[in-house]
Amino acid sequence: MARVVLIEDEPNIAEAIRFLLARDGCEVHALPDGLGGVEAVRAGAPDLVILDLMLPGVSGLDLLAAIRADAGLAAVPVLMLTAKGQGRDREAAERAGVSRFMTKPFANAEMLAAVRDLVGQQG
Amino acid sequence: MPFNLLVLFCLCYVVMLFLVAFLAERRAAEGRIGWLRSPLIYTLSLSIYCTAWTFYGAVGYAARSGLEFVTIYLGPTLVFIGWWWVLRKLVRIGRQQRVTSIADLISSRFGKSNLLGVVVTLIAVVAATPYIALQLQSVTLSFAVFASGTPEGWALPNRDATAVWVAGGLALFTILFGTRNLDAKEQHHGVVLAIAVEAVVKLVALLAVGAFVVWGIGGGMAAVFARIEAASVPDWVIKPDRWFGMIAVSGAAVICLPRMFQVMVVEDGDERHMALASWAFPAYLMLMSLFIVPIAVIGLERMPEGSNPDMFVLTLPLAEGQAGLAMLAFLGGFSSATSMVIVESIALATMVSNHVVMPLWLRLAPQSAMTGDVRRIVLLARRLSIIAVLALGYVYYRMSGGSVALAAMGLIAFAGVAQVLPVLIGGIFWRGATKSGAVAGLAVGFCVWAFTLLLPFFGPDTVLSAAVFDHGLFGLGWLRPQALFGVTGMDPLVHSLFWSAALNTAAFCLVSLFTFPGPVERMQGAAFVNVFDADAAGPQGWARGRAEPEALLVMAQRILGEEAALSLFEGEARAQGKGGYLPDATPDFVAGLERRLAGSVGAATAHAMISQIVGRATVSVEDLMAVANETAQIMEYSAELEAQREELTRTAGALREANEKLKQLSVQKDAFLSQISHELRTPMTSIRAFSEILTEGDLPPEVVANYGRIIHDEAIRLTRLLDDLLDLSVLENGSVQLNIGLVNLQQLLDRALAAASHTRPERDFTVLRDLPAESLFLRTDGDRLVQVFINLISNARKYCDAAQPELKISVRQRSGRVMVDFVDNGSGIAKQSQGIIFEKFARLTDQSRAGGAGLGLAICREVMANLGGQVTYVPGRGGAAFRVTLPFRLEKRAA
Repeated sequence: MARVVLIEDEPNIAEAIRFLLARDGCEVHALPDGLGGVEAVRAGAPDLVILDLMLPGVSGLDLLAAIRADAGLAAVPVLMLTAKGQGRDREAAERAGVSRFMTKPFANAEMLAAVRDLVGQQG
Repeated sequence: MPFNLLVLFCLCYVVMLFLVAFLAERRAAEGRIGWLRSPLIYTLSLSIYCTAWTFYGAVGYAARSGLEFVTIYLGPTLVFIGWWWVLRKLVRIGRQQRVTSIADLISSRFGKSNLLGVVVTLIAVVAATPYIALQLQSVTLSFAVFASGTPEGWALPNRDATAVWVAGGLALFTILFGTRNLDAKEQHHGVVLAIAVEAVVKLVALLAVGAFVVWGIGGGMAAVFARIEAASVPDWVIKPDRWFGMIAVSGAAVICLPRMFQVMVVEDGDERHMALASWAFPAYLMLMSLFIVPIAVIGLERMPEGSNPDMFVLTLPLAEGQAGLAMLAFLGGFSSATSMVIVESIALATMVSNHVVMPLWLRLAPQSAMTGDVRRIVLLARRLSIIAVLALGYVYYRMSGGSVALAAMGLIAFAGVAQVLPVLIGGIFWRGATKSGAVAGLAVGFCVWAFTLLLPFFGPDTVLSAAVFDHGLFGLGWLRPQALFGVTGMDPLVHSLFWSAALNTAAFCLVSLFTFPGPVERMQGAAFVNVFDADAAGPQGWARGRAEPEALLVMAQRILGEEAALSLFEGEARAQGKGGYLPDATPDFVAGLERRLAGSVGAATAHAMISQIVGRATVSVEDLMAVANETAQIMEYSAELEAQREELTRTAGALREANEKLKQLSVQKDAFLSQISHELRTPMTSIRAFSEILTEGDLPPEVVANYGRIIHDEAIRLTRLLDDLLDLSVLENGSVQLNIGLVNLQQLLDRALAAASHTRPERDFTVLRDLPAESLFLRTDGDRLVQVFINLISNARKYCDAAQPELKISVRQRSGRVMVDFVDNGSGIAKQSQGIIFEKFARLTDQSRAGGAGLGLAICREVMANLGGQVTYVPGRGGAAFRVTLPFRLEKRAA
C-alpha cells in the first residue's frame, strides 16, 4: 500500500484527491500548508509527495528544494500541482527537481494514472 | 445697596462677559474672524495696561503725591509714539517665530535656551504676584466700601472669603476661555473681545464719575481749577529724579509686562494695527487721566478725614447719594481688575507650562513625548499653572495684610519686569548679544531689584533684618539695601532702578562681549535682528532626509491634534507634488513644522522634541555663510543655485515616483492575468473532480450530499468572482447606474455591521461608534456606500491582529463633506504597502485567510470615485485606518 503525503491548502481539492487515492488503495496523509517543512514530510514516510505550488507560509518551490536537499527524501517522487498554468512556473519546478507537473483542473483518471506511474517507478 | 444684590449684579456682568467671549469664540471657530481682528479691538485690548491700580489707585496717588501719577501714563505714551518701530519689530518677530510669551521670545532668540526661559518666567512670576494681589485687594476693598456704605449698616462678613471667591471665579473664567485652544497663536478671540468690552466699560465709568465730580459737585471747570489752585494737601513740586525714573520704568513695563506682551505680540501678530494703536492708545490713556486730579481734590475736600483716597472714585458718588453712578464706577474697577488678572494669568501659565513643566516632563519621561498625548498634558499644565498663579497672588494678598497703598505695590512689579528690557532690546537689535550675557544681565538685575526694592518693601525685620538695613549685608556697609555702594539720599525706587538697570545692562554687555554664541544662537540672532529682510525666517540646521515622516506626523498629531496635523502634512505633500499624507522631510518642512509646534509648546521644547526624531541639528557651511552675511553676491548666487537644485530634485522625485508607479502597474498587469487564472482554476478543480466522482455513482447518500454541497459552494465562489470582476469593470468605465436617494448614515452603518458580522464570527470583535455624530442624512447611493463599509469592516475583522480586536468608527463633517473613519487597533499596514492596497489583487497576506479574490479595496476605490468621494489610507493612527470622504449631496451626473 503506497503512502502519499499531500500538501494542499484548498480543503475541497485536498478532499477530492484524498478520496480518489484512498479508493485506489493509497494511504493519504494530508497537510494544509508547508509550515512543518521537510520534517513533517519525512514523518509521513511517503512513497510519493503531492505538492501545491502556491502555499501559505512557504512556497511549493522552496519546499521542493528542501526535499531534494534532504538525504532521506531526495529520491522520493514529487508531483506538483498548480492553478496558475504559466510556463515560467513549470520551468522553475523542473529546475528544482520535480518528478511530474500537473495543471489544475485535472481529470481524475489523469491524476490516478500519474500517481500509479510515479509510485510504480519507485518500487 | 445690599451686599447680596451687588454680588448678583457682578454675576450678571460676568455672565455677560462669558456670552461675549463665547459668541466671539464661536464666530472665530466658524472662520468669520473679520472685525475680531481689527485695529480697534487691538487698541482696546491694549488698555489692559490700565488695571485697578490706575482706575482706583491713580486718584489715591494724586491725593498723596500730586501730579506724579501722570508719569505712569507718560511712559507708555512716549513708547507708543516714539518707539513704535521697536514695537513693530517685536510684533513681526512674534509672528514669524510663533512666539508664545516674552520668556519664549528671549529663550528663542538666544539659541532656544530653556535656561533663559526659566529665568524670565521666574522674574515674571515673582514680579506679577504683588500685582495680582493688588487686583484682588482692590476688588475686595470696593466690595467692602459698598457693603459698609449701606444705610442698614450692613458690614462685609469676611473680607478674606471675598478675596477667595474672587480669585476662584477668575481662575474658572481664565481656564474656560484661556485654555481651550492649545496653540497660543490660535489666539483667544473670546478673551480679547471680553477685554475690549471691559476697556470701554472702565473708560465710560471713569469719565462719568469725573464729569459728575466736575459739573455735578465742583460747579464747572473754572471753579474746579480754582479749588485745585487753592488745595494745600497734595504738593505739586516735581522731583526730576523720581519723574525720570517713573517714566522710564513705566515705559519699560508697557513692553515687558507679561500681559502687555500677550495682547501686543502673542494675540495679534499684525504690525499694521500698530498704526492706529500708536496714537489711539496714548489718547485712551489721556482720557483715563483727565479727571484724576479733580476727583482727588474734591475728594480730599469733601470726604471725612482719614478716608482712603484710593477709593474716592467709589466713595464720592456714594456719599453724594448717586447709587447708579457708584455702581458704574464699581463695574469699571471690577473690569480693570478682572481683565488684568485673566490675561496676566494666561500669559504666566503659558510661560510656566512651556518653560518649566514641559521641559521637566520631557526630561523625566522622554519616551512619553513620542507616545503620550502631549496636548492633554500641556493643557493640564496650563490649567494648574493658572490656579497656582492666582493662589500665589492670594497668598501674597493675605501676607501683605491688604493694607498697603495700591501704587506702591504696582511700582515694585513694574521695576521687576523692567529687568527684562535690556536683554529684550539687545536681543532684537544687537547680533553680538549672547546667551551667557543675557543670563548674567537678568540674574544681576533680578537680584539687585529683589534686594533693594522687593524685600525691603516688607519692612525691617520681616524678610531682611534691621541690621541689614542699617549696616548692610554680612555687615558690609556698601551693601545696604537702600544705599548701595554708600550712595545715600536717593529715593528708594529711583535708587533701586538706577542700580538694577545699570548693573543689569553692564553685565549683559560685558559678558556678551567676552563670550561666543553657539551656532543655533547665531542663526536665531540673525533671524531676529534682520527680521524685516526678505527671507529672514532664519536658515535652519535640520539635516536632509534623517527624519521619518510618519514619526513626525505621529508627534505632530499629539501636539496639534489629528485634523490640524493631517491637513498640514497633506498640504505639504501636495506642495511637493506627492499624494497621500506623508511629504518628504525636507529641511524646510521640518523647520516650518518646528515653528508651528513652537506656537503650542514654546521654541525650546519644540526644538527638543524635533531633535528626538531628527537627531542633532547640524549646521551646514551654507547656513554659516548666510549667517555671516559676507557679501550679498555670494548669497544671491548660492540662493539661485539652491533654488535650481531644489527644483531639479523635486522634478526628479516626481518622475521617479511616476516611473515607480508605472513599473509596479506593469508588474501588476502581468500578475493580473496569472491571478485571474488562479482564481478561476481553483474552484474549477474541485467542481471537476467531485462531479467526476459523482458521475461514477455507487456512493453512500450522505457522501453524495456532501460532495454536492461542495460543488455548489465552489460554483457560488466562481459566480462571486465573476460578479466582482464585472462590477469593477463597470465602475472603472464610469457606466454604472447610481440609485441616488436620501439615506441615513447610521442605518447604513448598522446594515454594514450586520452584513460583515459573518466574517470570522468566532472572534470577539468590539466596535466603538459615535451614534450622535452618525445620525445624519446624505443624498447618495446607499447600497453602494454600504458595499464600501462592509468591505472595510470585513477587512478589519479579517486582518486586525490585536489580541482584543477593536474597530473605532468616527464621523466628522467639514465644509460640505462627511468623513467616516474606520480605525482598528492592529499593527496597521506597512508603509511600502500603503501605496498598492487599492490596486486589484493586491493582497498582502496569504490568501487562504483572505477568502476573497483581492478585489475588495479596488472596488471600494471605484465606488467612492463614482460617489464623488474617495477612500484613503490614513497613516500614523495606531492601527489600520481608512477614511471614507464623500459629499453630503451627490448631484445626478448630466446624461
